[in-house]
Amino acid sequence: MTTYALTDSWTMTRRELARWGRQPVTVVVNLVFPVMLLLMFGYLVGGGRGVSGEYLDFLVPGMLALTMAFGLEGTMVAVTQDLTKGVIDRFRSMPMANGAVLVGRSAADMLQSALGLAVLLAVAAALGWRVNGGPAGFLGAVGLLLLFRFAMLWIGIHLALVAGKPELVQAVQILVWPVGFLSNAFAAPGSMPDWLGTVVQWNPLSQTATAVRDLFGSPGGEPGHVWAAVVWPLALLAVFFPLAVRRFARLSR
Amino acid sequence: MADAAITVEEARKTYGGSGAKNGRPALDGLDLTVARGTVHAVLGPNGAGKTTLVRILATLLRPDAGRIEVAGHDVVREAYAVRLRIGLLGQHAALDEELGGRQNLELFGRLHHLGARRARARADELLERFELSATGRKPVKQYSGGMRRRLDLAASLITEPEVLFLDEPTTGLDPRGRAEVWGSVRSLVGGGTTVLLTTQYLEEADQLADRISVVDAGRVIADGTADELKAATGGDRIDVVLRDAGHLGAAVALLPVPQDVVTVDTDRRLLSAPVTDRMATLAGVVRALEDAGIEAEDIALRRPTLDEVFLHLTGPDDRVKEAA
Ligand SMILES: Nc1ncnc2c1ncn2[C@@H]1O[C@H](COP(=O)(O)OP(=O)(O)O)[C@@H](O)[C@H]1O
Ligand SMILES: [Mg+2]
Repeated sequence: MTTYALTDSWTMTRRELARWGRQPVTVVVNLVFPVMLLLMFGYLVGGGRGVSGEYLDFLVPGMLALTMAFGLEGTMVAVTQDLTKGVIDRFRSMPMANGAVLVGRSAADMLQSALGLAVLLAVAAALGWRVNGGPAGFLGAVGLLLLFRFAMLWIGIHLALVAGKPELVQAVQILVWPVGFLSNAFAAPGSMPDWLGTVVQWNPLSQTATAVRDLFGSPGGEPGHVWAAVVWPLALLAVFFPLAVRRFARLSR
Repeated sequence: MADAAITVEEARKTYGGSGAKNGRPALDGLDLTVARGTVHAVLGPNGAGKTTLVRILATLLRPDAGRIEVAGHDVVREAYAVRLRIGLLGQHAALDEELGGRQNLELFGRLHHLGARRARARADELLERFELSATGRKPVKQYSGGMRRRLDLAASLITEPEVLFLDEPTTGLDPRGRAEVWGSVRSLVGGGTTVLLTTQYLEEADQLADRISVVDAGRVIADGTADELKAATGGDRIDVVLRDAGHLGAAVALLPVPQDVVTVDTDRRLLSAPVTDRMATLAGVVRALEDAGIEAEDIALRRPTLDEVFLHLTGPDDRVKEAA
């Protein structure tokens, strides 16, 4: 049955792609939403407290990291839908590779997030945002963002499997906002009250944003911060990946 | 039994683990044997444990205890072998609502490792057979209940399974949808598939099944053919329809049975009672009514309906107490 692991995972990934084809509006909305946030914070809200240099250069890495964090929601919605619609039961009653359901989910979500990154970067570039670091730094930053998204993905899968109900999805959809704002995505922690600054600095989202700023050569970057943006997501993965896999296996309890 | 397609011995399941506090077992030592190529109905009220049984047989749920085999393979230790040989129509549709009917069937075909070409061909075949070709492109969420059920059934037949599980296949369908599902089940059995179906409808079990297991509170409380069940529980009944409902009370007193086993249906002016000696009772009732000057429109001896059998087996008194 392991011989089918790859084929089945690919089939499950293609299923997600086929679903995109069925809901082009949803896909576009998902891609445009972070762009909207970028425009809102870049031009309307007038943030940038405590930021030295161009606010756009500071904001773009923050928005990239925030988009990755918000991906958690999308993963959760999709897994919950599969659970409540019962289609996971059909998958589980078929002679397919066990992990393919989750692998397919991961692959499709990562693909969507990569696409989201590309769109956001393209819009930012059109607005005049520039990378100051070299191409290696750029690729490294994209890698860190996707790693962060990967951690969010498994948290999303786990939460969906634990709750299995649309109600909890709504709760998480609301909760991601304060978590998103309790970060340095929009403002430098130095401009905040001490205690808040501390919380914000510890937020894994901030770690990734700071490291990306560093690699992009943007304001708000701290040299030597990359390790934190590697360790944090890996730590989250070390916790949530096994939990999610175990939860999935425990659907049979 | 060597030619059993399904063997269940002493199956136990309590949700939340066998040690769960105040957890009433969903399966409480259930036994079941289904011969190859037959249709077996599991008949029981809501909460009897039917879905739990089907989910265990379909490898979706682990039993706490018991020996459970499907198509010769243990559902826990050889789940993969079982999955190769079964089809499942769950109580609720198990489809991708966003995708079209054909996309769903192709997806499941690929996951059954038919390969792209055969998966596509099989999808077309099944759409045709279940009269869904015209709507094969529409997303499933736009399907009617009956169409969805048909597609779900088609999805469970992708590989022509040896054993097919149908969990309340017609619940929520209109009479036409029900007739369609019944037709499909009958044609399947012609092809040698073993079918285990659960139902709350006595008529459905009577219509489709070779044998019936009556399940209540996680156990089989009676087992046999429809005729055997009827014979085992109270034998025949006599029905008397009066011309005038006003005489019902007097007529009850004339029947040669204790008054509390007589059921009275005032609207239909009908009395019904179990009988032991068919002909003597019939003759006696006709004579007694005549003597009392009570006019009867119809008097008939008949086998009990499954409804009566079911009430008899599950004990109406317990049920009332539980509901209260
Ligand atoms: N997922 C579950 N968690 C806890 N209890 C459950 C679950 N599913 C079913 N039950 C309980 O198990 C018993 C049997 O349920 P079920 O197998 O669904 O019966 P049926 O299909 O005959 O209506 C019921 O008392 C029901 O409340
Ligand atoms: Mg049920």
